[in-house]
Amino acid sequence: MSKYVGQRVKRTEDPRLIKGLAHYVDDVRLPDTLHVAFVRSIYAHAKINGIDITEAVKAPGVVAVYTGKDIATKVGPVPCAAALPGLKVPDYRVLAQDKVLFVGHPIAAVVATDRYLARDAVDLIAVDYEELPAVVDVEASAKGGPVIHEQFGNNIAYTLTSGEGDIDEAMNSADHIIKQRMVHQRLAPIAMEGRGVLARYFPGEEELTLWSSTQIPHLMRTQVALMIGLGEHKLRVITPEVGGGFGSKLNVYAEEALLGWISIQLGKPVKWIESRRENMQATIHGRAQIGTVEVGCKNDGTLTGLRYNVFADLGAYHQLLTPAIPTLTGLMLSGAYRIPAIQMNVTGVFTNKMSTDAYRGAGRPEATYVVERAMDIVAAELKMDPVAVRRKNFPAANEFPFHTATGLDYDSGDYEAALARALEISGYATLREDQTKARAEGKIIGIGMSSYVEICALGPSQAMPAGGWESATVRIEPTGKVTVMTGASPHGQGQETSFAQIAADELGVDLHDVTVIHGDTAIVQYGIGTFGSRATAVGGTAVLIAIQKLKEKAAKIAAHVLQGETATLSFEDGRYSLPAGAPASDTGSSDPVVPVAEAPAGALPEPETEGRKSLTIQEIALIAHIAKELPPDTEPGLSVTYFFEPKNFTFPFGTHICVVEIDKETGETKFLRYVAVDDCGKVINPLLVDGQIHGGIVQSIGQALYEEVVYDEQGQLVTGELMDYAIPRASQLPWFELDRTETPTPVNPLGVKGVGEAGTIGATPAIVNAIVDALSPYGVKHLDMPVRPENVWRLING
Amino acid sequence: MKQAISINVNGDDHQAEVEPRLLLVHYLRDLLGLTGTHIGCETSICGACTILLDGQAVKSCTMFAVQANGANITTIEGLANNGTLHPMQEGFWEKHGLQCGYCTPGMIIAATQLIDRNPNPSREEIRHGLEGNLCRCTGYQHIVEAVEFAAKKTAATK
Repeated sequence: MSKYVGQRVKRTEDPRLIKGLAHYVDDVRLPDTLHVAFVRSIYAHAKINGIDITEAVKAPGVVAVYTGKDIATKVGPVPCAAALPGLKVPDYRVLAQDKVLFVGHPIAAVVATDRYLARDAVDLIAVDYEELPAVVDVEASAKGGPVIHEQFGNNIAYTLTSGEGDIDEAMNSADHIIKQRMVHQRLAPIAMEGRGVLARYFPGEEELTLWSSTQIPHLMRTQVALMIGLGEHKLRVITPEVGGGFGSKLNVYAEEALLGWISIQLGKPVKWIESRRENMQATIHGRAQIGTVEVGCKNDGTLTGLRYNVFADLGAYHQLLTPAIPTLTGLMLSGAYRIPAIQMNVTGVFTNKMSTDAYRGAGRPEATYVVERAMDIVAAELKMDPVAVRRKNFPAANEFPFHTATGLDYDSGDYEAALARALEISGYATLREDQTKARAEGKIIGIGMSSYVEICALGPSQAMPAGGWESATVRIEPTGKVTVMTGASPHGQGQETSFAQIAADELGVDLHDVTVIHGDTAIVQYGIGTFGSRATAVGGTAVLIAIQKLKEKAAKIAAHVLQGETATLSFEDGRYSLPAGAPASDTGSSDPVVPVAEAPAGALPEPETEGRKSLTIQEIALIAHIAKELPPDTEPGLSVTYFFEPKNFTFPFGTHICVVEIDKETGETKFLRYVAVDDCGKVINPLLVDGQIHGGIVQSIGQALYEEVVYDEQGQLVTGELMDYAIPRASQLPWFELDRTETPTPVNPLGVKGVGEAGTIGATPAIVNAIVDALSPYGVKHLDMPVRPENVWRLING
Repeated sequence: MKQAISINVNGDDHQAEVEPRLLLVHYLRDLLGLTGTHIGCETSICGACTILLDGQAVKSCTMFAVQANGANITTIEGLANNGTLHPMQEGFWEKHGLQCGYCTPGMIIAATQLIDRNPNPSREEIRHGLEGNLCRCTGYQHIVEAVEFAAKKTAATK
């Protein structure tokens, strides 16, 4: 019955996007809209002795100016949903109170009739700052020095130890212990569309509508309602087109609550569209860990244990999940390997910077990088091929579910299969021969690999701060058109297509008879959102099961109308049929149902049911709505809502192999090959999966080679624009050679594992491993990211 | 003091009195309601705001509306011909050259100029030709394939 699932189906959402007719937040236009611009801190750490708004309130077009005092008792703090033992949670007000704690910290909001006038008035506000010493270095900040939140006494937000097995015994039993300090630099997610909010309060109805570029409309609605003291049922959140998220919009931000509150104060629509500079300063960053890994191994390469001591740079405040991100690192420190004992000791540290939080991969890229770099360091120490060390420690395909010393049970896997395929496609043996020849010719060539595992389909509710399920409503309308409503709110992934593929196949209807609705809390039942590579595995499964339940009812109606038995009806290509040879429901016509177009105006077409041996599910929808021929005690209508709760995470995996050449003259890294073999379980749409892999790898390349959020020693943001923060361009990238193995997960009936973050998790260590391999003749054993040409050039020529 | 401008956009003449500091992209979006042209960086790095101005791809976020006085502009909304997609739009759809779609209008406009100038570009030439446009979703490979599709289709219909 797979007409669509598994096919490279073109996206149904694309026409509006390629014609320029889609609506992102700033494209939503309401009459009389006022515009908001922010005064933001120019210091990383300062006391505010006063704010003079006298000139600003008199400026042309200015309607209102709000400062911290105005909202102090009116708008609740920015929420943190992470619960960790002993976690210190500072009070994060939507406008700074008496202190500012990072560059970009909002201090005042100016509301004006025009966005230019709002921006003009920002410059008329004088803030009297008293600068304080900035806390920038995460390791120094953990040890002492100036304290950011005085009430806590120091800058340590929490410490946590995780893992299983006797780590000391594991290290004692090792023949070798390798130890390496690694830096996971701070990154900016850079969705091409920044954040934006449009808020409209209806004073008569006492209802507020918020349009926001978010990944989590329902969670945001709950949180913002609590923050501004509005009944949740009086708040509607609409997520229009979202121009990328990558985790940066998996959050509840100060501006979202503040804009809602301002609209209530003024009784008019208010809009704020984030500038790129604001996006760099005040949208969450990612990664920012500095840690030391120790790995114990036997002479033959067998791993005995892994310890990772890490400082996590949390920034000045907790956003929604800030302190929880390093815990995901701890979960994935077993990588694709059998490691009997694992321990992570994390120290979460406050600094005078923007909060870190979930950026594509969210804690797992750090784990994969630690493990996969360590595997290469082990290989170098033992003078083994990196492939051999990995193979030595893979669990076999028949050992799943596989329990790790991080406390997880990997669902399914065949790590050898993906590795073998990557070796075959890349021609690994030949690559090594070519490398030897090239080195003899004086070229600097490196081969790097990474065999990753990721944790996806987040996840069971027990493991999530606000529920890990996802919801779907599937409704067949009287005319037979299918409406699917998903609580997963996409931002580029293409779920309008992939969920329609699932629905169309399961219902046996045309893909274009299905529409997928998302991102409007007034229409769509509660949902969790799109993040953690969860939308298809959890949300897609909800769609599938909702349809299965809907079909149970449809079958009963079909049996009743056709005068057959539910159990003997067949369902194929969207049609319920009596068994061959059975008499028709009655004598008479076997004409199909009158099409809608021929029905009298204003009347629903009467379904012609006499003499029929079969009925389509779309015809049954009409029968269910007209409700004259229903079995006894059957509810009219044909609609099912289902909330799917997964029993476990899923664990996609794969092997990436790349070949790089270093330019001796410039130190630049150039890709010669990039091979990626990924296993994300069953694939709904290979075209979309390829796109996810491509995009993920390129964000990895960005981390490995180009990207870093830089704060100077005063806490000033040096990389404040895209002029200074380098995301990859088309000309810097290789042609990706993709393939897949397919190991379905038993966790959901679709067999889907998830793919949104695979590239970002799997690729970074492969790239750095290749560069280190290239430079090994120069004695290089490790390099921190981003691997800048300047550093490489110095190593070669130093 | 406001200045009078006259600009032809997608075949229609428009007159307006605008502040000299009004950015061209805001003129298109806010005054004409052509919101298909996006703003991604305000510093001419990302190319989301790319339009055709007298046949040249320019970044409308770093140009004033008054500088476009007398010009003929094509935005993404004006690219399709009587409802028929431009081959470049078709290519992006066929080859999955977009995900979130935010960079797409600028990317498509820049790519049409690319194949106007070089009707049979190599993959390397396509990648070089799109250096002024950033995409954070696709990793560009499907965009390169989209441009190849459009170049072939354009050549076949000439």
